[in-house]
Amino acid sequence: MQSNVQADVGLSLPRKKLIIEKRSGLLDIDWSALWEYRELGYILIWRDVTVRYKQTAIGVAWVILQPLITMLIFTAIFGMLAKVPSDGIWYPVFSLTALLPWTYFSQAVTRAGESVVINAKIVSKIYFPRLWLPLAMVVSPLIDFALSMVLLFGLLLYAGIPLSWKVVTLPAFILLAVLTALGLSLFTSAMNAKYRDVGHAIPFVIQIWMYLSPIVYPVSLVPEQWRWLYGLNPMAGVIEGFRWALLGRTAPDPVVMAESVIVLVFVVISGLVYFRKMERQFADII
Amino acid sequence: MSDIVVRVDGLSKRYRLGARQKDHGTLRDHLMSGIKSLLNRNGYRGGSAEPLGSAGSTVDVNFFWALQDVSFEVKRGQTVGIIGRNGAGKSTLLKLLSRITEPTDGRIELDGRVSALLEVGTGFHSELTGRENVYLNGTILGMKRAEITRKFDEIVAFAEIEQFVDTPVKRYSSGMAMRLGFAVAAHLESEILIVDEVLAVGDAAFQRKCLGKMEGVAKEGRTIFFVSHNMPAVTRLCERGILLEEGKLCRDGRSHEVVNAYLHSELGTMSSREWLDPIKAPRGEVARLRAVRVRTKDGQSAEKFDIRKPVGLEMEYDVLKSGYKLMPSIELWNEEGICLLDVPEQDPTWRGRIRQPGRYRSTAWIPANFLAEGTMFVSVALETLDPLVMQFYERQVVAFSVIDTCEGDSARGDFAGKLRGVVRPLLEWTTVLNPENSRSELFSGDYQTRY
Repeated sequence: MQSNVQADVGLSLPRKKLIIEKRSGLLDIDWSALWEYRELGYILIWRDVTVRYKQTAIGVAWVILQPLITMLIFTAIFGMLAKVPSDGIWYPVFSLTALLPWTYFSQAVTRAGESVVINAKIVSKIYFPRLWLPLAMVVSPLIDFALSMVLLFGLLLYAGIPLSWKVVTLPAFILLAVLTALGLSLFTSAMNAKYRDVGHAIPFVIQIWMYLSPIVYPVSLVPEQWRWLYGLNPMAGVIEGFRWALLGRTAPDPVVMAESVIVLVFVVISGLVYFRKMERQFADII
Repeated sequence: MSDIVVRVDGLSKRYRLGARQKDHGTLRDHLMSGIKSLLNRNGYRGGSAEPLGSAGSTVDVNFFWALQDVSFEVKRGQTVGIIGRNGAGKSTLLKLLSRITEPTDGRIELDGRVSALLEVGTGFHSELTGRENVYLNGTILGMKRAEITRKFDEIVAFAEIEQFVDTPVKRYSSGMAMRLGFAVAAHLESEILIVDEVLAVGDAAFQRKCLGKMEGVAKEGRTIFFVSHNMPAVTRLCERGILLEEGKLCRDGRSHEVVNAYLHSELGTMSSREWLDPIKAPRGEVARLRAVRVRTKDGQSAEKFDIRKPVGLEMEYDVLKSGYKLMPSIELWNEEGICLLDVPEQDPTWRGRIRQPGRYRSTAWIPANFLAEGTMFVSVALETLDPLVMQFYERQVVAFSVIDTCEGDSARGDFAGKLRGVVRPLLEWTTVLNPENSRSELFSGDYQTRY
């Protein structure tokens, strides 16, 4: 590829001139630079995945083990002891369908939230589109997520729950989860560069958020008149979507779904604006 | 096609001083200042009193211009050395050229791919192997995967780590990791290369190899920016020099002329430096540097010293907090970048004693007839003891040159040629004529067997 560039010089073809000056637009993201640096995105994802399981004894098995154990604990506590209703679905299946997208989401938000700070050394020494940092860390846990889906399909098979056509809508709900994580991380990762408080707050917020999402209980438990407020949480839409696509019992509440999507679009766009605004001073304040 | 590949026009960068000193404020600080500024806004707003526009808090109004209205053009294939004292704006200029940070004002036009090498091995991950790190580091530096694969063997061979490519970098010696880092960077194929001080690392043999590689790169017609304190390297590598002083471009011309101007500044400021504005002075929590001077026995600041005279290295500093034992120290470096000495203060009066706040002046005397001829650079540092905390470390803040007038009573005697060595003490020589071995014996022919 590089030799092409040099050939261009030889043939004196026009090349792209790079102009560096103060930029001030709201959404003046250099999409072409983002595309040009796509290999950096791949390598950041690859590094994240490789490093995480280096020097571990059971390696990737952690991906299965974590949701499996959490599911067992939830089933014991919420399903058997507290007798939380689960819309008539067997509790292990009920909780696992929510746990997997939730595990993805919490992983993505945690890792992407620290992505800028953890890479402070690179950020202060080398130019590259900073957007790749949260972007890569939001994508990377999808690999774990895909592996853990094996566990879920295994459990569905065991429980004798047949899959219907609805399963093809699953990618749409996954996309919804990815965008939610991204939108949030655009704020947290950039803010974290300036205020390290964010790093402390994320795990805490995620824990609270888990109980505000229909993971251990169904949406039907939320009183009708509060449903609209509940729908402001896009992860409620994601989880409802997952249960519907895989188990097909209760169709997701259209109000909840529509609200989730609207909130999401708003969060992602404002997140991009915020990230872009903060990005200018990363190297100076980090 | 234009031959100008870099055009810098009115480039300026302003830093907020508070933001630099306190690494990062806590959310609470900013919430508080936000509330204050809201209150101020409701109260009064004094016209154009605050052109910089930021929050109305009184703490954060200290800005300084790291770079101010710098303009120059660079032609294709030129190698440009950027020199200047610490804090003159060199690093800021590099960071702007390499797009790490955005300018406050002005613009840069770059015609061609830019690679910045501000640090060796940036992004290395210690858990990954040498091979994996080459790909990681190369990609971060902007190389394409195919390009790295093509050059992989060359990179590994240059770094001399062939046997260890599949060993995690955490098991490398620091020298090996550094060599690998430089090797990756040295194989970048960008038209514009920006290099910062990286040659100051590694052993002498590898430094020479790096310099050789850089010369090769320059011959290929690529444009290089090179920042270094190593003046011989700048003159050897660069045809052109740019001297920055306090954020402004103060000289631009042929490199050896600019280097000379820097070393023997006509303003006579090379041998003393003062921080009149305490805000700009290098500081830690406990102490702040105020001045560094090179002076003679009779108190004059001087930049040329007769080799037969003692040299006084003086640092003035404020102690801001009581209750600490301090260790000021001084380093001396020569033109080749060799550290001649690194000595802490040894005044018995203060040994083990806690110093009260106030202005102190510590002077170290380099004895007469001790240093070799040449230009010497002085670095100063101050640390608190128990616990050891660096308060400031200013590299090569002042310089002076040692000259020998060849009057016969210095260490060189009547010899006027080139002498080697980093020091040249007036040794006590004794030469005696041994009376037992008489002339006749020496020339009798059997003297060879006697030895």
